Amino acid sequence: MEEKTKRTVVIPGEVLAKGEDYLPGEGTEKIGKEIIAIKYGLSEEANKLVKVIPLSGVYQPRKGNIIIGKVENITFYGWAIDIDSAEGAFLPLQEIPGYVDKDGLREIFDIGEMVVAKILDVNGRGIDLTTKSRGLGRIDEGLIVKVNSSKVPRIIGKEGSMISLIKEGSGCEVTVGQNGLIWIKGDKVEDELLAKGAINFITEKSFSSGLTGEVEEWFKKEKGGNK
Amino acid sequence: MAKDFKRPDGRGVEDIRPMKAEVGVVPNADGSAMFSFGNTIAIAAVYGPKKMHPQHQQDPKKGTLRCNYNMISFSVTDRIRPGPSRRSTEISKITEWALEPVLMIKNYQNMVIDVHINIIQADASTRCAGINAAALALAHAGIPMRDIVSSVSIGKLDKQLVVDVDKDEEDWEEGEGATDIPITMTSSERLTHIQLDGKISNDELKQVLELAKKATKKVYEVQKKALKESLEVKE
Repeated sequence: MEEKTKRTVVIPGEVLAKGEDYLPGEGTEKIGKEIIAIKYGLSEEANKLVKVIPLSGVYQPRKGNIIIGKVENITFYGWAIDIDSAEGAFLPLQEIPGYVDKDGLREIFDIGEMVVAKILDVNGRGIDLTTKSRGLGRIDEGLIVKVNSSKVPRIIGKEGSMISLIKEGSGCEVTVGQNGLIWIKGDKVEDELLAKGAINFITEKSFSSGLTGEVEEWFKKEKGGNK
Repeated sequence: MAKDFKRPDGRGVEDIRPMKAEVGVVPNADGSAMFSFGNTIAIAAVYGPKKMHPQHQQDPKKGTLRCNYNMISFSVTDRIRPGPSRRSTEISKITEWALEPVLMIKNYQNMVIDVHINIIQADASTRCAGINAAALALAHAGIPMRDIVSSVSIGKLDKQLVVDVDKDEEDWEEGEGATDIPITMTSSERLTHIQLDGKISNDELKQVLELAKKATKKVYEVQKKALKESLEVKE
């Protein structure tokens, strides 16, 4: 299932491809006839599309992303939420499912609580969130792990292969926020810690190919050691 | 050019002091790097992009680069008074101007990228080492950039042009004395910064630029190696 793609480390300004045959993808730009990397990361080429996968950097919010944030403040119209990006986000009252008592905002989300939300819109004034969808809302129990947001695609894997492997291996519910916060909820603390270990393993090894196989091995080893 | 010219430390006229570069030296920063020319060592740390504070400095049209150059009090033989000075404020601004042309931060409206450059050991050419470290740290922080800049200082000792000035050469007093010309270039030989402290003729300045082109290439190779190797280790 794993596609063999050649990945090389590139630095900003490096020429990735020349001529009209190639298309510039994410993290690249066409200057004249050359496609150059504008970010430090791994270059990848598929179907004549050249792109650079960044390895570091602050989370860039995008419309439609599922994120995990922390309630920072309560106003008359909703909640200010810290989503670990350059800009703070806002969850307005209208974006809560069901009826909301204007005096009871604190009962829905209190300051310091964690929330799973979806980015409704990113505009010049700020970021708007919503919780009007299945699987969104307050986090009551479980564990939250923070990783760099550029590692999120590796944790999810191709078509969710890696994330389902973690879920199966640890028996936990895992929700990955695009901003790099991951919510793990299991029946036992041991299970949650196992899932956390797997995530840390992936972030450390995120540059090697064939990682799904390695993670499977890792789970076997960890479980064998415990019993 | 006189081949028998003797530099105080025995280097050839076009030799740069041994260079070292490393990225990821400050774990808490979003990106960081160390760069050294012999005994001159600079550490740069990048924080952001983050919301600009104070708010009145926010630019709704584009992102802002904010550099802070600082010489640590023990970096020179006589202790220097810590804190901002006229000199460090000027060099901070110069560093911003040297780096800005390669950054692509138009989409980071109302945001700022903070670059903190600390000189932990000084032996002349500190601003060049600072710019080199800052360029590496910005790349390491995942900031979009058109190119990487490399900086080197060209000196004129009496009538002789030399590459990468050190402290003994900066204090040259024979003949016409010392002239220091820090130059920053991109890898495609485009100039982003040039300063001149002293007197120089037109022809000599042309030679200086040729020397700088060659020298910044060498610096660029060291920077490139540092960025590429920091990943190989992890694999």
